[in-house]
Amino acid sequence: MKVDHQLDVTGMACPMPIVKTKKTMNTLEVGATLEVVSTDAGSKADLPAWADSTGHQYIGLVEEDGKLIHYLRKCDPSKVEQVHFEKTFNVENLDSISSDSLVLDVREEVEYAFGHVKGSISIPFGQLFDNLSQLNKDKTIYVICRSGQRSDLACQMLQKNGFDEVFNVEQGMNGYKGLIEKTI
Amino acid sequence: MTTKWSSKKIADYVINKKSLFILDVRNEGDFADWKIEGENFEYLNIPYFELLDGVEDLLPKLPKDKDILVVCAKEGSSIMVADLIQEEGLDVGYLEGGMKAWSSYIEPIKVSDLKNGGELYQFVRLGKGCLSYMVVSQGEAAVVDAVRFTDVFENFANEKNVTIKYVFDTHLHADHISGGRLLSEKTGATYYLPEKDAEEVVFKYAKLEDQASFTIGGSTLDLQAIYSPGHTIGSTSMVIDHKYFLTGDILFVDSIGRPDLAGLAEDWVGDLRETLYTRYRKLNEDLIVLPAHFMVIEELNANGTVGKRFGDLLVENHGLNMTDEEEFRKAVTDHLPPQPNAYTQIRHVNMGKISPTNEEQTEMEIGPNRCAIR
Repeated sequence: MKVDHQLDVTGMACPMPIVKTKKTMNTLEVGATLEVVSTDAGSKADLPAWADSTGHQYIGLVEEDGKLIHYLRKCDPSKVEQVHFEKTFNVENLDSISSDSLVLDVREEVEYAFGHVKGSISIPFGQLFDNLSQLNKDKTIYVICRSGQRSDLACQMLQKNGFDEVFNVEQGMNGYKGLIEKTI
Repeated sequence: MTTKWSSKKIADYVINKKSLFILDVRNEGDFADWKIEGENFEYLNIPYFELLDGVEDLLPKLPKDKDILVVCAKEGSSIMVADLIQEEGLDVGYLEGGMKAWSSYIEPIKVSDLKNGGELYQFVRLGKGCLSYMVVSQGEAAVVDAVRFTDVFENFANEKNVTIKYVFDTHLHADHISGGRLLSEKTGATYYLPEKDAEEVVFKYAKLEDQASFTIGGSTLDLQAIYSPGHTIGSTSMVIDHKYFLTGDILFVDSIGRPDLAGLAEDWVGDLRETLYTRYRKLNEDLIVLPAHFMVIEELNANGTVGKRFGDLLVENHGLNMTDEEEFRKAVTDHLPPQPNAYTQIRHVNMGKISPTNEEQTEMEIGPNRCAIR
């Protein structure tokens, strides 16, 4: 899976996987994704708990050939989440939208892989501008991310580029209770 | 320099009820599940990953007048945290090998002398609550419910200059990996297992039958088997020298066995009732009950052993005092405590169906034993 950074801590025992992850995280930009490959069984419980305690996003875990592959995303918990885009959409109504509209997921590829709204399409926010041609201006687009923050920025950008029927899905995947599809 | 504490040193604190402050730096879930129990221990749980930026905020929460021990899963994180605290000028120790070492630590304690120079020892696995036994008499020994660290029994037998002749398991264990088979292979002793628990066992064993009688040390000491199903369908108790009553996982000091670990609670509850309320009651009340487990540290006697007179348990143990059969049935089939970690896998190991590595066995045995209903 495509991520921004990779960290190999195989063979290292506790507490090193987390010490190294923390150090690496400090060097990353907010929003960057990180893959941590570990062989320490303790990391299975400790990495999510650490992420939770620091405010970073723990996206998910893949177990492969005795390796534990963790996916994380750097967050800045101090940043107040401000939503600016005016046209918002209640996440609870997402399953009853019309069939010719579109759910656009602007989270990172790896976040999308670990669970997304069934039928949604994935264009990470960072790649959206270069991929506007993939989207149909006549369609209603519901833009979703994890919390509603990245999708807010995406909506603003889409509007500036001539997309009129664009809605920001409030609360994002955090608030979505419907059917989740995985591609891992 | 931070001090390295051995499990043996902590065992001394537990048995002698000394006071100790434990800073457990494992994650909250692991701590809630299982920790080092001591009657006069105080605890603080702060995961090590919350202390990576320093321990300034932690220092005011640590006592000045008590021994402080930092504990984690395998020791790495506890060394890191202990060093950080030490740098701030407070003396602390860390547990060598972490909870993994504590889980495997075993303290052999003499229960009693027996006739003709015989002795009965209880091997107390403090971290896991497992109790194994060794009877020695005139150059021979028998081991009951051996845990998987067989070198402990071998070394002890060497020290006592005795040959292990019999190895018994009172039942097919589900909460910990038995050392019975390995110990018999290494010593040449015969391994006895109740036949009804051994239907799926893939190795050779001898049948431990009801009323079977064994002697060690010539004919000086006898061991008597009593079929007592309920925790498992084959559960068998042993009476040593007409005085010591090894009840396996059927009857504990402060609780009784659970009938559900092989998935057959409804089927076995009648057997459990029959054993506790009929079969056992034909026995002498002056027998000393010596179970295969303890649940809470308060069950330890002053010398660190776990055991109590049967007649006293008939009065004090709630599980022996439910006159109403329906109430009993409900108590042992409803609201059961969570099942022990990896209990299905552990049963398969004990049947010889799978052979995990040492490391995998350690992982399976992590956590409390949870064999009882209080």
